[in-house]
Amino acid sequence: MIEIRSLAKTFSDRRGEQVAAVNKVSFQVEEGRFYTLLGPSGCGKTTTLRCIAGLEKPDEGEIEVAGEIVFSRGNFVPAYRRPIGMVFQSYAIWPHLTVFENVAFPLRVGKQRFSSAEVKSKVEKALEQVELGSVGDRMATQLSGGQQQRLALARALVREPKVLLLDEPLSNLDAKLRERMRVELRELQRRLRITTLYVTHDQIEALSMSNVIAIMNRGEIVQEGSPREIYLQPHSEFVAQFIGSTNQFSGKLRAFAGEGCACVETPMGELLCTLSGELAPGSDVVIMVRPENIILHEARPPETANVVEGKVATVMFLGQYLDCTIELGTDLLQTHQRHSLRLRRGDRVWVELPPNDCLALKAKG
Amino acid sequence: MSTIALPRTVRSTFPLLRDPALLVPLVGAGVLIYLAVLPLFMLLLGSFQVEVAPREFITSLKNYKEAYASQHTYSTFVNSLIFAGGASLLAFALGTILAWLVERTNTPLRVIFVPVAVVPLILPGVLEAIAWIFLLSPKFGYINVALTNLFGLQSPPFNVFTLPGMIWVHSVGQVPLAFLMMVAAFKSMDPSLEESAMMSGAGTWQTLRRITLRLLMPTAASVLLILFVRTLESFEAPALIGIPARIYVYTSEIYLAFSEYPPDYGRGSALAVGLLILSALGVWLYTRSTREGKRFQTVTGKAFRPRQFDLGPWRWVGFAFLLTYFLGVVLLPFLVMLWASFLPFFSAPSWKSLQLLSLENYRYLSSFRPFWDAMWNSVILALSTATAGMVLTSLIAWVVYKSRLPGSWILDFLAFVPITVPGIVLGMALIMLYVAFPLPIYGTLWVLLIAYVTRYIPYGMRSASGAILQIHSELEEAAGASGASWWQTFWRVTLPLLRPGFVAGWIYICIVSFREFSTSVLLATGDSRVLSILLFNMFEQGQVTVVAAIGIVMIFTLLAIVAIFHKVSGRVGIQA
Repeated sequence: MIEIRSLAKTFSDRRGEQVAAVNKVSFQVEEGRFYTLLGPSGCGKTTTLRCIAGLEKPDEGEIEVAGEIVFSRGNFVPAYRRPIGMVFQSYAIWPHLTVFENVAFPLRVGKQRFSSAEVKSKVEKALEQVELGSVGDRMATQLSGGQQQRLALARALVREPKVLLLDEPLSNLDAKLRERMRVELRELQRRLRITTLYVTHDQIEALSMSNVIAIMNRGEIVQEGSPREIYLQPHSEFVAQFIGSTNQFSGKLRAFAGEGCACVETPMGELLCTLSGELAPGSDVVIMVRPENIILHEARPPETANVVEGKVATVMFLGQYLDCTIELGTDLLQTHQRHSLRLRRGDRVWVELPPNDCLALKAKG
Repeated sequence: MSTIALPRTVRSTFPLLRDPALLVPLVGAGVLIYLAVLPLFMLLLGSFQVEVAPREFITSLKNYKEAYASQHTYSTFVNSLIFAGGASLLAFALGTILAWLVERTNTPLRVIFVPVAVVPLILPGVLEAIAWIFLLSPKFGYINVALTNLFGLQSPPFNVFTLPGMIWVHSVGQVPLAFLMMVAAFKSMDPSLEESAMMSGAGTWQTLRRITLRLLMPTAASVLLILFVRTLESFEAPALIGIPARIYVYTSEIYLAFSEYPPDYGRGSALAVGLLILSALGVWLYTRSTREGKRFQTVTGKAFRPRQFDLGPWRWVGFAFLLTYFLGVVLLPFLVMLWASFLPFFSAPSWKSLQLLSLENYRYLSSFRPFWDAMWNSVILALSTATAGMVLTSLIAWVVYKSRLPGSWILDFLAFVPITVPGIVLGMALIMLYVAFPLPIYGTLWVLLIAYVTRYIPYGMRSASGAILQIHSELEEAAGASGASWWQTFWRVTLPLLRPGFVAGWIYICIVSFREFSTSVLLATGDSRVLSILLFNMFEQGQVTVVAAIGIVMIFTLLAIVAIFHKVSGRVGIQA
């Protein structure tokens, strides 16, 4: 439904230097899918979205939306001719119009004309969809933040576009509302089966809503995959660190130990790790292990792989879990433990790092 | 130490003195009432008083009858409306087109144009009017002479001594203001409001028409209103063009009532009350409309670069417009003033007049006593008005925004009152006050200082309150918790933190005081004559080339103030 081929866009910064906002990005969104561009601010995700919308003119590449090339060399379909609905971060609700008129606007402009009865029924349907059926004649500015958000959504959908673009639509809502809108937005998307491209810097939103996530950094897609793949099998340090929290230490790959497994030499001894990507014996690696996967034992567990002795540095009660920091020589290891664990500062512990959860990645540089 | 050593009884007699947090608001209110309310009260009182015998007055409506129940007043009223309406529309149209070209299109060289469009702001209105007389006078105006010779015309094509001439002269002076306000409006508009229209299928012109222009309507209305009020209050074009041309508006009627012999204070103040009501009405509508405008604000997200319309080949038309404005409206008046200042008598540029050019006028000025007196007066007044005004408004702003005293809004209101008072009305009111009041300051610099401070309190308040709102209360509370008294806190914490706003307001008041005309015209006499009045008097006497030289000196003095401001503001961290 959306296909992007080697999209590139550079801006000149304040000093007049050229900065590549989007650098040869290619990806594809299949019909009916919820696809998310996730990355830190300035990674090029919004620029990519705006290029697809037609609000930015790319320097190079090709964009195809719903089978039509909307951008290629010498061919630029303007924003208002693309079969796209978009929700802006600021919602961009027109303050001089009522709720009804805001939603009716897309039906009143553009090529296709509708009779006023058609407009009415379409607008009402769109407002019903987002549960705003009763506030049509209010001024748009009288709505609350959450309602404005729904209104923006109704306006984007009323033309029945082929593709829906969402630019950080939840970032202006408070935490509770954001959680609810996450569910509602996803439900609506499933019901309408509309191909959706979502831009966010919030990993929870990305993980919980998407079919596919593309992680972007410095204008490039660094990994693409299902939420599960992105979280459990990050291909790079950047992805592992950006999604969730993680412990990392460096080591040297000694020898392979079975399918996808290897022995890695680290300052705390030899560890069995799961390999991610192509690695050769002798190469420098980084080991990633998530805090929630680390098991603590009060006594040395017999016949268990990857057990290291350490000392409890801090214990913090965080409600959902205990945050225990363990001192391993000079390294500090962050772990999440259940409340039942009775540990105190200075206690000796045995730290189990399950080989399946220790991911060895190629070290940078 | 001495205050601490005061006997207990004395200290308790003046409990207020020990609590500046109460003393300052009370003194502030007193000063504001004295400055802003008392003169207006005297004006109102005077407008109902008629002198039946020497020094014997009765209360009657005769002044109003004389002032308003005549055919003459009707034409004055109509002239005023045409003048204010025409000048505000023209200034608004020019300012909006310029702002749109600069902010929202890809017109070439538009970036350089922003400071250029604002430069005329410092040009005093009196000089603007004189420069345009040099250019458009039917007898000797350069543009008229040039066009007549070029096309072999029978009669000069332009005559500045008409109502359209007044409108033109006043509106070119107002364009920078309209420009700045509209630039701000274009800038503050969330570009995603337009982008979402495009995503809804609206093309460029549909977006412009249905979204951009509609969103600008409230701002446009308030800009028009403020331009209207300012034109109504102005006296430069009405004095220099209107009076010789016998086209009278409100302000010139008030001036004439005062300057005829014997001066008719009664009729003058009755007219002044009418103008005051009109202008207060305008200001009230303006504040209401800007408050309405706030309703139009929506949640704003991250700011993108504002959307620019691609004008295609039309951008060269835009460029031509900018260039014409710059050459014709910004540069030309200055050049003609400069040229005239080197001439012994006014004459058209030619080979012959080229040989006449000399520094004679400037040499004359250097030993011309009245010039130096007026210069000295203007400089002293500008410096002391700025200082007194900013100290006063800083204290008042503190009371209004920080003291949490019940009723502190009254101070805010009192400090806002002078904005509704046209300069010439204030002059009239002060005359009424000090003719009756046993304080012998009429005809001295003191009365001008009082007038200027009063006029510019609202401007000072704007800078001071902007700055004071930036100061978090905890910064002051921390000083109190560290053992500092109220004055110590104000002096060592509040005032230093206020400095950027204080300096900005100070420079602004300095500039506007230096060029003040419409209040001074009634109050500055003899020894207290200031530069703008000297200019006016000498122009009336026909010493036009010397006037041009004074104008040039004035312009460069103002430019120097602005240059110092830029240097200083860089140091204290003000965004100019």
